[in-house]
Amino acid sequence: MIGIENYLAVGAALFVIGIFGIFLNRKNVIVILMSIELMLLSVNINLVAFSSFAGDLVGQVFTIFVLTVAAAEAAIGLAILVVFFRNRGTIDVEDVNVMKG
Amino acid sequence: MGVADIAFYIFAICTVTGALFTVVAKNPVHSVLWLILAFLSSAGLFVLLGAEFVAMLLVIVYVGAVMVLFMFVVMMIDVDFAALRGQMAKYVPIALLIGVVLLLELAMVFGVWEVSENAAAARAAVTPDLNEVHNTAALGALIYDQYIYMFQAAGLILLVAMIGAIVLTMRHRTGIKRQNVMEQMHRDPAKAMEVVDVKPGQGL
Repeated sequence: MIGIENYLAVGAALFVIGIFGIFLNRKNVIVILMSIELMLLSVNINLVAFSSFAGDLVGQVFTIFVLTVAAAEAAIGLAILVVFFRNRGTIDVEDVNVMKG
Repeated sequence: MGVADIAFYIFAICTVTGALFTVVAKNPVHSVLWLILAFLSSAGLFVLLGAEFVAMLLVIVYVGAVMVLFMFVVMMIDVDFAALRGQMAKYVPIALLIGVVLLLELAMVFGVWEVSENAAAARAAVTPDLNEVHNTAALGALIYDQYIYMFQAAGLILLVAMIGAIVLTMRHRTGIKRQNVMEQMHRDPAKAMEVVDVKPGQGL
């Protein structure tokens, strides 16, 4: 029988993989954004798992809001990425120093 | 082991594998494809949990829109991705260390975690029986009633994100012909046109 522990394990694994990805791809902003999406997905899995096993629908409502914010964040992040690439010709995180002064 | 258990393990393995290869894939296009696999299989997990609406939302919004956006950006910008991966091996130990530490912390939290006795009584919106009302209708009744302001705020966030993305990426290139509506509207025929009576044999 699949309990809530199994879903929490999947969520924890996804979250750790997301953090792992941020540290592994220190230069590539696109993969960093994808890692953030993975971490948000793990949060969603946790919310839906608790919602389902506790019999409380509010968890799924919050999942929808998290999805909304994640979609907005991805759109703005990619737009900033495109503008940055247009100005500097690279997407290396270490080259993001325009505001260093 | 029932069919649902086998389905859970397949979806869980696909999700974690997709996530792992998203992070370590050499080509960002492959990363996006692995991420699509991760999202699709977690949508399967959501279906197993009885959250069909969120599962379909994940498929439509994430796989249908956000991943396509990622794909477009990855393919449109012309970057040498191999150069960006140059020192990746250098970061593997620290990344693994942080990952293992975090996993241990999560395991420790889970080890001492127990459900409160009055958790069942503290539920804000008890899931109705599936025979009475299904998942989507129950969620709709909740969102459009109790969470209407949050829902409107979510819409506002999306609007701001849309306007922001357009404003950020729009550019006016110089040296190309553009339509100037105001100039067209304020054009005066009396000044723009002149009737010249050309005498024969003289020219202008």
